[in-house]
Amino acid sequence: MSTVFIALQTNEETRPIVEAIIQDNPDCTVNEQPAMVKIDAQGKLVVRRETIEELIGRPYDLQELQVNLITISGNLDQTDDEMILYWNA
Amino acid sequence: MDMQVAKKKLGLKERYAVMTRGLDWKPSYQKMEDIYPYMAYEGIKIHDWDKWEDPFRLTMDAYWKYQAEKERKLYAIIDAFNQNNGHLNVTDARYLNTVKLFISGISPLEYVAHRGFSHVGRQFPGPGPRVACLMQALDEIRHAQTQVHSISNYNKYYNGMHDFHHAHDRVWFLSVPKSFFDDAITAGPFEFMVSIGFSFEYVLTNLLFVPFVSGAAYNGDMGTMTFGFSAQSDEARHMTLGLEVIKFILQQDPANVPIVQRWIDKWTWRGYRVLTLVAMMMDYMLPKRTMSWKEAWEVYFEENGGALFKDLARYGIKMPDCAAQIALEKDHLSHQAWSTFYNYAAASNFHTWMPDEEEMAWLSSKYPNSYDKYYRPRMEFWREEAAKGNRFYNKTLPMLCQTCQIPMIFTEPGDPTKICYREVDYKGDKYHFCSDHCKKIFEDEPEKYVQAWLPVHQIYQGNCFPEGTDPTVEGFDPLAAVLKYYNLEFGRDNLDFDISEDKKNFAEWRGQATKNV
Repeated sequence: MSTVFIALQTNEETRPIVEAIIQDNPDCTVNEQPAMVKIDAQGKLVVRRETIEELIGRPYDLQELQVNLITISGNLDQTDDEMILYWNA
Repeated sequence: MDMQVAKKKLGLKERYAVMTRGLDWKPSYQKMEDIYPYMAYEGIKIHDWDKWEDPFRLTMDAYWKYQAEKERKLYAIIDAFNQNNGHLNVTDARYLNTVKLFISGISPLEYVAHRGFSHVGRQFPGPGPRVACLMQALDEIRHAQTQVHSISNYNKYYNGMHDFHHAHDRVWFLSVPKSFFDDAITAGPFEFMVSIGFSFEYVLTNLLFVPFVSGAAYNGDMGTMTFGFSAQSDEARHMTLGLEVIKFILQQDPANVPIVQRWIDKWTWRGYRVLTLVAMMMDYMLPKRTMSWKEAWEVYFEENGGALFKDLARYGIKMPDCAAQIALEKDHLSHQAWSTFYNYAAASNFHTWMPDEEEMAWLSSKYPNSYDKYYRPRMEFWREEAAKGNRFYNKTLPMLCQTCQIPMIFTEPGDPTKICYREVDYKGDKYHFCSDHCKKIFEDEPEKYVQAWLPVHQIYQGNCFPEGTDPTVEGFDPLAAVLKYYNLEFGRDNLDFDISEDKKNFAEWRGQATKNV
């Protein structure tokens, strides 16, 4: 399985998002780099709105991720509830 | 940011459909081919534009909201950085040369990208890609503007950035990035999307922005880090557009596959050659290194690009052939490039230098198969000569590759001791190439590449002197005349870092910042 990843700026807004990603993708690998955090996963990675909302205690629109996103790898599918990165092969 | 999230009446998928396809209409009194005249000539067949969908499902209203938030964040930080004399917090003044490289080499490309995406956004009949191209066109002009705004603060204090756009259109090595983008925007709309949207944004942009910006952060340059990350947050969308467009084209008709493969082969190589500048920036110009060029290539191209091409295999697309040569070059690229810029420090808009002992040790550890064997002895020699007062400046103009426009500095694949030369005879003239791949690109479209504006040829033809220059007068100094044409000041904007005004001023100002004078 190929690696997909998402990289986010390191800041107060992304801290709970990173935490949510780790919760929802227990096998992911977190790389802390200068000013950014890159999360790798095998084949598929999911970012779930509900998990983030539980952690931040307010409603969250997944498109807010746009503000702190650095880069992604993999095919993407985004809905109101989740953002999925995946490879087919 | 603590945004209010209003209750949505429609789900994301429905909202996207309403705000893109829902806004489109069928023309009734004009023919489609008159409205979209560039859709047929490249040979790409599209049967159903509605099959294209932005997987972010971003609509214009949401776009403005998030872009505005990015701008607010960016300018708040830029103000704070400038008000606080943030420029004195960079690791050392050598770092500033990466900023010079960026503003003169990369920022003008953002503007050209804006023009390119405006153009193709107009030309695609499908509302999905049209809206995505509109967003990207706006992103690109935002990047050009925010980079100029952020870097203008450095221009108040340091040399070489004062006329970056003038330089971009004239200075010899800047013809490399410039001609790359000119090549892309003069292609058809589909090739433009494959060249910039896919090959550059998806396959290569991580290598430009992620290490550069992370490197800026690591070297105390909050200004560049901020605009860089602000730009990069748009890049994820651009990459997605590039990938979706390519999947869409491939799914539409099997006849599209060989055309797209040829473009991917061409543009991966073209983009990689431009990234030579990034390779030397990472290995030589950042006083504090984040990762080596080779490591970045392995993570972002070999691993990530490998996954991508494996995924695209089901459409019949394969990894470009040039990947094999690039793998051989990764131990050599940055060293060969930096050696060249060290040579030509008299004719460029930034300073160069030789790495110190500790930096050479880092290079040896990152390049165990090549640095000590091929490059360290050469660099030690230059360093010793400089210490004796013989800093080497090469005043002979180099032969350029007709396609990538880089001096012919690269070595034969597999033999780093022999320069690689290729040539083609075309309509009675001889053309030179740095590699088999650049040669092949020329052979596929010779009528395009014979028009290349090669800086060295132009200098020899007398086209790069200020108006009214008489090159026949006794004692004529061609370099001085060329620098005037570039609007660069000899001894101030060029030459070795060690004797630069930047180095002297930075040391003095940093001293003032830490004690009462």
